[in-house]
Amino acid sequence: MSIAVTDPREHRSAEQASQWKLMWWAFRRHRLARWSLYLVVALYAVGAFAEFFAPFDPDAANARAVFHPPQEIHFIDTAPDGSWSIRPWVQGQRLVRDRFTLEQSFVPDPDRRIYLRFFGRAEPVKLAGLVTIERRLLTAAEPGERFYLFGADRLGRDMLSRVIHGARISLSIGLVGVAMSLVLGLLLGGISGYYGGTVDMAIQRVIEFILSLPTIPIWLGLTAALPQDWSPLTRYFAITIILSLVTWTELARVVRGRFLALRSEDFVTAARLDGCSQARIIWRHMLPSLASHVIASITLAIPLMILAETSLSFLGLGLQPPTISWGVLLKEAQNIRSIAQAPWLFIPGGAVCLAVLALNFLGDGLRDAADPYAQDGR
Amino acid sequence: MPDTMQAAWSPGEAEAAPVVLEVQELAVDFPSRRGVFRAVDGVDLVLRAGRTLAVVGESGSGKSVTARAILQILDQPGRIAAGRVLLHRHHTTKGAAASGGAEEVVELSAMPARSAAIRAIRGRDIAMIFQEPMSSLSPVHTIGAQIIEAIRLHDRLGKRAARERAIDLLRQVEIPRPETAVDRYTFEFSGGMRQRAMIAMALACNPSVLIADEPTTALDVTTQAEILDLIRRLQASHGMAVMLITHDMGVVAEMADEVAVMRHGQVVERGGILDVFERPQHDYTRMLLGAVRALDRPSPRRLAMRATKPPGAPILRLDALRKVFPSARRMFRPAAPPVVAVDDVTLDLHAGETLGIVGESGSGKTTLGRCVMGLFQGLGGRIEYVGRDGSRIDLLGMRESALRPLRREIRMVFQDPFASLNPRMTVEQIVGEPMLVNGTHRGAALQRRVAELLDMVGLPDSAMERYPHAFSGGQRQRIGIARAIALEPRVIVADEPTSALDVSLRSQVLDLLLDLQERLGLSFLFISHDIGVIRYFCDRVAVMYRGKVVEIGETEAVCTAPQHAYTRALLSAVPHPDPRHRGMTGRHRYTEGA
Amino acid sequence: MLLTFIVRRVLWTVPFLIAVSLVSFALIQAPPGDYLTSFAATLAASGDEVDQGRLEALRQRYGLDQPFLVQYWRWISGVLQGDFGISFEWQQPVSNLIWERMGLSVCLALGTLLFTWAVAFPVGIFSAVRKYSIGDYIATTFGFIGLATPNFLIALVLMYIGVVYFGADVSGLFSEEYQNAAWSWGKLLDLLAHLWIPVIILGTSSSASLIRIMRANLLDELHKPYVVTARAKGLSEFTLLMRYPVRLALNPFVSTIGWAFPQLISGAVITAFVLSLPTAGPLLLQALLAQDMYLAGAFILLLCSLTVIGMLVSDILLALIDPRVRYQ
Repeated sequence: MSIAVTDPREHRSAEQASQWKLMWWAFRRHRLARWSLYLVVALYAVGAFAEFFAPFDPDAANARAVFHPPQEIHFIDTAPDGSWSIRPWVQGQRLVRDRFTLEQSFVPDPDRRIYLRFFGRAEPVKLAGLVTIERRLLTAAEPGERFYLFGADRLGRDMLSRVIHGARISLSIGLVGVAMSLVLGLLLGGISGYYGGTVDMAIQRVIEFILSLPTIPIWLGLTAALPQDWSPLTRYFAITIILSLVTWTELARVVRGRFLALRSEDFVTAARLDGCSQARIIWRHMLPSLASHVIASITLAIPLMILAETSLSFLGLGLQPPTISWGVLLKEAQNIRSIAQAPWLFIPGGAVCLAVLALNFLGDGLRDAADPYAQDGR
Repeated sequence: MPDTMQAAWSPGEAEAAPVVLEVQELAVDFPSRRGVFRAVDGVDLVLRAGRTLAVVGESGSGKSVTARAILQILDQPGRIAAGRVLLHRHHTTKGAAASGGAEEVVELSAMPARSAAIRAIRGRDIAMIFQEPMSSLSPVHTIGAQIIEAIRLHDRLGKRAARERAIDLLRQVEIPRPETAVDRYTFEFSGGMRQRAMIAMALACNPSVLIADEPTTALDVTTQAEILDLIRRLQASHGMAVMLITHDMGVVAEMADEVAVMRHGQVVERGGILDVFERPQHDYTRMLLGAVRALDRPSPRRLAMRATKPPGAPILRLDALRKVFPSARRMFRPAAPPVVAVDDVTLDLHAGETLGIVGESGSGKTTLGRCVMGLFQGLGGRIEYVGRDGSRIDLLGMRESALRPLRREIRMVFQDPFASLNPRMTVEQIVGEPMLVNGTHRGAALQRRVAELLDMVGLPDSAMERYPHAFSGGQRQRIGIARAIALEPRVIVADEPTSALDVSLRSQVLDLLLDLQERLGLSFLFISHDIGVIRYFCDRVAVMYRGKVVEIGETEAVCTAPQHAYTRALLSAVPHPDPRHRGMTGRHRYTEGA
Repeated sequence: MLLTFIVRRVLWTVPFLIAVSLVSFALIQAPPGDYLTSFAATLAASGDEVDQGRLEALRQRYGLDQPFLVQYWRWISGVLQGDFGISFEWQQPVSNLIWERMGLSVCLALGTLLFTWAVAFPVGIFSAVRKYSIGDYIATTFGFIGLATPNFLIALVLMYIGVVYFGADVSGLFSEEYQNAAWSWGKLLDLLAHLWIPVIILGTSSSASLIRIMRANLLDELHKPYVVTARAKGLSEFTLLMRYPVRLALNPFVSTIGWAFPQLISGAVITAFVLSLPTAGPLLLQALLAQDMYLAGAFILLLCSLTVIGMLVSDILLALIDPRVRYQ
């Protein structure tokens, strides 16, 4: 058994380093995973404080901004006399109507600059339904001016605000769903692994069966059976339950496998001989060894949940408007006509990819660091 | 230069045999991000036809790397940094026939590792066998397929002829029913049979050099004796030069003509077998020999202790103890027969004595120890424990909660010092755990008691806040012992407590246990496969074979005048670290009913 | 040994298939109200006369006033004779609607599986053997992106590129002239000419994960002692690689039939919807949205049965290539 330590400072303290410290050292060496961790934390922060980060109300429609294209943000403001200053602005757009086809389109308006301000005042909103805030991350300098960094959708709603609010639902559905499958997985996997025998056999067969089902048709069937008149919140929970009905199996397998391996470990036998009660053996001796593996597995399960929600909502069977999730937003990009006209409708898809990638890298890094006591020579 | 090298060689017969393989000033590097690690540093070796060179050293001495460097099959990123490996082909049977006796020296170290030239040497002129017979053979190919592949790689033989040859090779290595064995998979064979198959594969092309890398380390001692025997006989009939890599001085004494002792990548001593064993020059060689020889006789300390305080009345009695593992029942399949792991074992452990249980793998000795600890359900017979007040308690059929107070009196020391300590707890927590859950100490008193226990096993106070990964194997075993004595037990079941340790550490741990026995009045049930350790440490010994105790008695009596045929076979198989006793014990195989 | 293994494995499939059919039927039953209520509602909505006598006949036929198990029994005995019930949306027996679409679904899944193997096998071996080379990094990056992007998004992006830059429509499986034509050689060739786009879209994520699995497994196997043994025999590096580590790392490939097949069938539902392919997916979706439950149930039953059979095939193949499985 050897602990890979590169830094001599670490070596001295390594002898007194706990499991989590050793894991963090191993994880830190995984550069991609570390940056993914920062990104994941940032994404969840954006989702949690969506009201602060989103410049506008995501539901505010604007008939004059239908399919408004994205505007590039500039930081250096040049005046006609050649002087310049640092001040964020976007180019204004003008709506023109083609003389022959009567089709509307936006053209840049060189005379109009919309100046932006960080931490500017805006209409007060309740942050995550708790505290009222009056400032936003980014506002227009002139009250009432609108700008569209990610463009606007078919009702002229600001895509940036919608993507930010979508992050809240899409990312949290992963967390809530994983929490539910964790409960199921820990419970059933733990029972299966700890008791073994007939119980184990029965649970294993159930898991095998669920794994052999094609998930999406089953999800579709279940979501289709949900009553249409449920409130968005009820629907949200119903869908997370449906998603976790399938994903708990993977966690249960991990938990069971670790439990089985741990049950025959000498140090667990030693704890039993020390006179530890069943509960103490599980909580004090087995669960700490399990925790890191479980954390890695749930990190890898979250992106699957996010993808599943996106797919279901995209098909119109998951969350329904007015709930905003990345899948609901992508539903707008369902037909080729609208995406040919407004390719920025893909942006929520980019957000999905980014979040899923970051979570995957993070999970991979965690999995590699999960067992700092693994023997060398693998 | 050969001249200077031969100066160190012992005079005698060895000079006569022609040199087949020479390793000169070999150095092997393993570059890494943190710099270059030199695993082998200036090693010189000479192998002669029909003779055996033993390369001996502890783990990490570079002996396996040297062997692999000869064939250029080093693991990445290892590379030969300096030196030469020369094959004198005119001195090999094949080379002599091909060249008509003209001198032909091939420099193996100059050939690229992937070149056809070196590949033509591998397996044909120089063959190799490895330590782990299970993982060294492919599990998805039949044994025949793997041997036939080796044959057809170097000899132009038709499929049928190659198969005939493979069967013949299996017959040579004494695998029963070679005609059917050739179509079997490796996992259908026992460890010894797999190693035989491995040897058959190595012999496929009649090599002139056989490199055996710890060929018997993974095997039981009786199987080891058979395999060593086989290698010796095949060497005689094929005239091969053998390079035997081992850590076991007994095996060296049994097999070698010449010895090279390696440490930290260098050869610290070499010479003829008698010279090295009887007139060792280097301290390290003397230390290795001393450690092995110490374990071959009773501990003087123990004899002195028993003279002043002889063992008392029985404290633990096993009466017709029986443990049967039922076969796993599965749907749609026939049930396999149940396994009788412990078969009507009857024995007494006296107060203040050490009773050894010796046996090979699968003999049921570990299961017996765990039965005594109450780790299994469904036992037959009785386990009677005599309490401090003289009351007799039958441990069998007791519930877990009723067993708890008894487990304070009967404790266990485990074999694997790495697996038996929870890596996520500090030493203080590990040693304190039994006292904490049994409520004997808490708070500052607990801490003081842990420090006291650590002191008793020879560890400093500063060990308390460290985690097990900060300690070496021997130190960890001390932590395990501290945990075992924490509750002031009367009986300790020690399951192979020294077999995971290097030879030099074994006697230290055994002496510690003797010391504790004297101070605390302990009785030991000591389980081991190693006769030397048993002889050193145990007053009486019970020999187990297939779940039964076949013989029980005073250790010295059993070791010098064994009564049962199996005990005789077991003792005869143990290699003695004395080359003059080679083969004198008259080896024989034990078959049940014979 | 092998034969008993196969027999045992086939016997295991039976309870699985029964469980699958129970799940499918439970889904049919899941929407609130029974089938006839929605049927009547649909008829009423479309302005048709609701014939009470006919409804009563249907009620009798499906045993709708009976307990769950009785209804299940009637349904499953019908299914075993090829009668999957009636689709009220299409006003015809379900069995008329499903078979051609199921056939195309199977075609698509098999094609994707072959594509997945063809990509993942060489790339996986390459990136394990040349670990940390540029090629390995490219394969790894591709792998991660393939895993992170939902299939339907890839389909949308391809469609977008097709329409905006090439002016071509990449959706569908047939050209217009073959759309409703009977099967012929021409139609088959036309199918093959269209099939590759959905195959690539669907195959991306499963090849990505298979590459990662192959790479990880092979990296494990490359350092096993039996590889050293084979090298010491004098085998060339390529033969060695193919005969030993690759042979052992093959197991996950064969198991893909077990786990990738359900995924492919699953994933195909959404992609087929985006690309409007005439496979099972879009019709299933339509049936679910319309709560046309007998049609939906038939699809779900068949798709699930397919995956159970896929598992069976993969287990048997696994036993063929790995003797250890047989002897477990």
